[in-house]
Amino acid sequence: MLRATLKSLLARKLRLILSGLAVLLGVMFVSGSFVLTDALGRSFENMFASSLADADVVVTAKPTIDVSEMEGESVPGTLTAADVTKIAGVAGVAKATGDVQADGARVIGSDGKVVATFGPPRFGGNWTGEIGGRELREGRAPAAGNEIVINAALATKAGLKVGDDVGVLTMQPKQTFKLVGIFGYEGGLTSRGPVTEVLFTEPVAQQLMLGKPGTFTSITVDAASGSDPAAVRDAIKSRLGGTYEVRTGKELADELAKSFKDILSIFNNILIGFALVSLFVAVFLIINTFSIIIAQRTKELALARALGASRKQMVGSVLVEAVVIGLIASVLGLAAGYGVGAAGASVMASMSELQLAGIGLPPMAIIAAFAAGLLVTVTAALLPALRASRVPPVAALQESATPDRPLTKLTISGAVFLAIGGGLMFYGIKESVWALLGGVLAAFIGVALLSPVVARPAVSVLGRLFSWSVPGKLGRLNSGRNPRRTAITAAALMIGIALVTALNTIITSSERSLQGTVDQTVKADLIISGQGGPGFNPSFEPALVPQMKNIPGVAAVSAEYGDQAIINGEPSWINVVTDVPATAKMFTLETVSGSMAQPGANEFVIDDQSATEHHLKLGDKVEVKHANGLDQTYTLAGIYKRGEIYGGSMFGSAAIEGMRQQLPAIAFIDLGSGANETQVRDALNAMLKDSPEMLVQNKQEYLDAQFSESAQFLLMIQLLLGLAILIAVLGVINTLALSVLERTRELGLLRAIGLSRAATMRMITVEAVVITVFGAVLGLAVGAGLGAVVVKGLADEGLKSIVLPWNQMGIYLAVGAVVGVVAAILPGIKAARTNVLTAIAYE
Amino acid sequence: MTIGAPPRVRTAAASATNLWKVYGSGEAQVVALRDVSVELERGQFTAIMGPSGSGKSTLMHCLAGLDSATRGQVHVGDTQITGLNDAGLTKLRREKVGFIFQQFNLLPTLTAEENILLPLAIAGRKPDKDWYETVIQTVGLKDRLGHRPTQLSGGQQQRVACARALVARPEVIFADEPTGNLDSKSGNEVLSFLQRSVVDFGQTIVMVTHDANAASYADRVIFLADGQIVDELRHPTAEAVLDTIKRIGADH
Repeated sequence: MLRATLKSLLARKLRLILSGLAVLLGVMFVSGSFVLTDALGRSFENMFASSLADADVVVTAKPTIDVSEMEGESVPGTLTAADVTKIAGVAGVAKATGDVQADGARVIGSDGKVVATFGPPRFGGNWTGEIGGRELREGRAPAAGNEIVINAALATKAGLKVGDDVGVLTMQPKQTFKLVGIFGYEGGLTSRGPVTEVLFTEPVAQQLMLGKPGTFTSITVDAASGSDPAAVRDAIKSRLGGTYEVRTGKELADELAKSFKDILSIFNNILIGFALVSLFVAVFLIINTFSIIIAQRTKELALARALGASRKQMVGSVLVEAVVIGLIASVLGLAAGYGVGAAGASVMASMSELQLAGIGLPPMAIIAAFAAGLLVTVTAALLPALRASRVPPVAALQESATPDRPLTKLTISGAVFLAIGGGLMFYGIKESVWALLGGVLAAFIGVALLSPVVARPAVSVLGRLFSWSVPGKLGRLNSGRNPRRTAITAAALMIGIALVTALNTIITSSERSLQGTVDQTVKADLIISGQGGPGFNPSFEPALVPQMKNIPGVAAVSAEYGDQAIINGEPSWINVVTDVPATAKMFTLETVSGSMAQPGANEFVIDDQSATEHHLKLGDKVEVKHANGLDQTYTLAGIYKRGEIYGGSMFGSAAIEGMRQQLPAIAFIDLGSGANETQVRDALNAMLKDSPEMLVQNKQEYLDAQFSESAQFLLMIQLLLGLAILIAVLGVINTLALSVLERTRELGLLRAIGLSRAATMRMITVEAVVITVFGAVLGLAVGAGLGAVVVKGLADEGLKSIVLPWNQMGIYLAVGAVVGVVAAILPGIKAARTNVLTAIAYE
Repeated sequence: MTIGAPPRVRTAAASATNLWKVYGSGEAQVVALRDVSVELERGQFTAIMGPSGSGKSTLMHCLAGLDSATRGQVHVGDTQITGLNDAGLTKLRREKVGFIFQQFNLLPTLTAEENILLPLAIAGRKPDKDWYETVIQTVGLKDRLGHRPTQLSGGQQQRVACARALVARPEVIFADEPTGNLDSKSGNEVLSFLQRSVVDFGQTIVMVTHDANAASYADRVIFLADGQIVDELRHPTAEAVLDTIKRIGADH
């Protein structure tokens, strides 16, 4: 039996290659993700290990304000010079060095623009000498307060050389320094990973990066020769007490590496998610392939049954085929994944100045590759295998085209799946992501099961578009011939298109409701905001605020400061608004109780929802522990109704003193009637020339900038779903190639009665386009449905109405048509080459 | 024979001159046609007969432009088809040639009427209304035009195929064992219909068959053996055909 199975495998190479290719691509995606994240993870591990190689023990303070990643960045604790002295006195300590290192030192490049990193920190710190692998490449160390050194990669990126005057933005507005040296790291590295570094003298670093003279972010300890770092660690720990964290260099390196690996594993999971979508699409292709193969082999199977093969053997023979394909596809997919992962890792490493730690093959990559490859193929082959086992022996003797089986069962189960899916999704939006995803999956299966019923009418309607020509009409009729096959081929394409359409619907709907809300409630004409980045918020000189107000045409300016703080023991974000009445007017905020006049220095106002949440009522006093350690008491002076896009606290001016960065980060400007926007903007831009990160935008520009971010996000998703669409195209090719094969005689006949080669290709193309456009339409409908369910489910999050992205949907439809044309090329050529003689020959 | 039939014009509708067809090369070489010259007269019903492997199908395929000649020339009407490229052959099939095959003659997705009109549709020509009516009348399928091939009997399907070949009024219709798959009653119906179209409408028909009865409907029977024309009969009867076959069988 096995031998017979393997022989029949070889006999149907093309179809199996296409199915195998689909699995291969999915497996490649899965294993490639693992290889990529593994390589990057180990590279980060090495980077941290080598940067902390010389540090025996590192002491840090516990964060003063500890918030989860969702709520913002924690405020790190600082250490003092007294701590350094204290540690230096501990037995076994040879040397204790105070380090300053904080994110947010932004260098203005020779082109006048701030050097951006797109994520990794831009460190500012103190020069502590050539330690930890640091080497001065050019110039000298900073000696005076106005001198800095920067790392070589940053120097290149910014176009700076030793001797240049360099503008640096920190907690303070722009200050100009003299670049006296450029450093790199051992091994010829121009930076330690993807970060940029600016090193000042110690007092300047403390002032600009920490806002407090005499403080440090960490203390690096060299153990005396012969002492065990762990013992030194314990000695320091017992000396300092509980508010400090004391770790050996190795522990710290491991911890840092681990936190990076956590981020990488999220990234990995996202990639795997997309890989699973591709594999899900591959399932359709495999089901189709096996069903077709079994339909073609009905006689052969019946003969085997007549000769005494049991049902179990029949199922087994199909499953063995599936296992063989799955295994081959997994092995090749793993190899391809290794290649893709390696290529990805080296591109990402070179982009982020990371020294690649060598490409490995993590066990998870192997396990996942085989699990995915085998599971997908065997699961998909199961249904066709069962069908094969039901072929009656008598079929061997019958001259029968298998009659169309009725679609009733399929239709009912499809409807059930769809209903369950819809329900799960609606429930899942609020309750659990897994229920939501399960719902989407069930809905896809439901639609796939329903699609054969829809296929015949849909195809006949779609096909009318092409019926004006004879090849078009023939193509249309052919695609309607086998609704199951057409449907499952189209359903594979549906998935990718449905997902992007759904996402697009959600984004478009939320953009539209945001636009609506802004149009209705925001009266601010201009917004000054920074292009966000890691570290400190982009900001500008407070002295500019009154000057802005004096620009002719400006009616009101309200600037905002912000930082973390602890209010009555709870971490919270606080704002200081320079002109609360103006803000209230520009955001149409209604007073609920008390006054919305500018709060006194030690007063604040808050929105009604936050007030309820924190059990605050008018006149209550709150204890605020500020980010820089300052403690203050404030009185609640007013409560306003939370606007749809504006909420939170607005504190009096005293709170500014407690912030680490005492600069406004955003300003809203109300123009008087008859003001000339262009002139005001020119004046504002001139004022902000020393704050190159600040952007003056009107309301719409500001919104559009936010929208363009979601457009980029969408683009990325579309790229990742491209593979799913590619697999669907393989399915279309498969189906067409088969049609051509099955209809050799018909094609011969058509050629004999005068159909030209070009017309033959056109006929196949129409057949393909009808299938893919059907898939695209199905995808658009399902996607719009999924999107609508999510939008409805999120109605109380501010999503007001369902808005369909018609333009994009049009593009997806066009993509569907193009995909059909492309898929038809090879089968079309094959069809056109049909030899009339062999086609009409008969035994 | 019908009295008052149109006078037969004795010019060739298709002809082969010194036609050779050789398959393979070297040891495996098979000569299917050996220097065959034949003229198929216009307005005549010609049958080509011969035992299996005699080259009768190859001859028809070469005459119809379905297969290429190794040497020699083939004309359909005034057109020399040896040496034509695919586009030229497609044009030829559209304009000058009609086919009737043994099986797989109709497209299952189209109705009988659509099948009949398909060659004209492919060529982008309008059917001549009167002629179409005449053809439909003659094949007797008026009430079956909306049916699909699966709803028709074998004989009816073959009559649809005949109608399809006729409706384009080709220079010559090639029929390859048109009754091979039919019972004798349906077969006779199809044959008399072919005969009538020759007599009534002056259509030229070339038919390959191994059935003496089928051949007896023809005006002329050409006998092939070993790739050569070995005999021919005019106005044959089934008995005469059988006798000739027997004689050829004894000679070869």
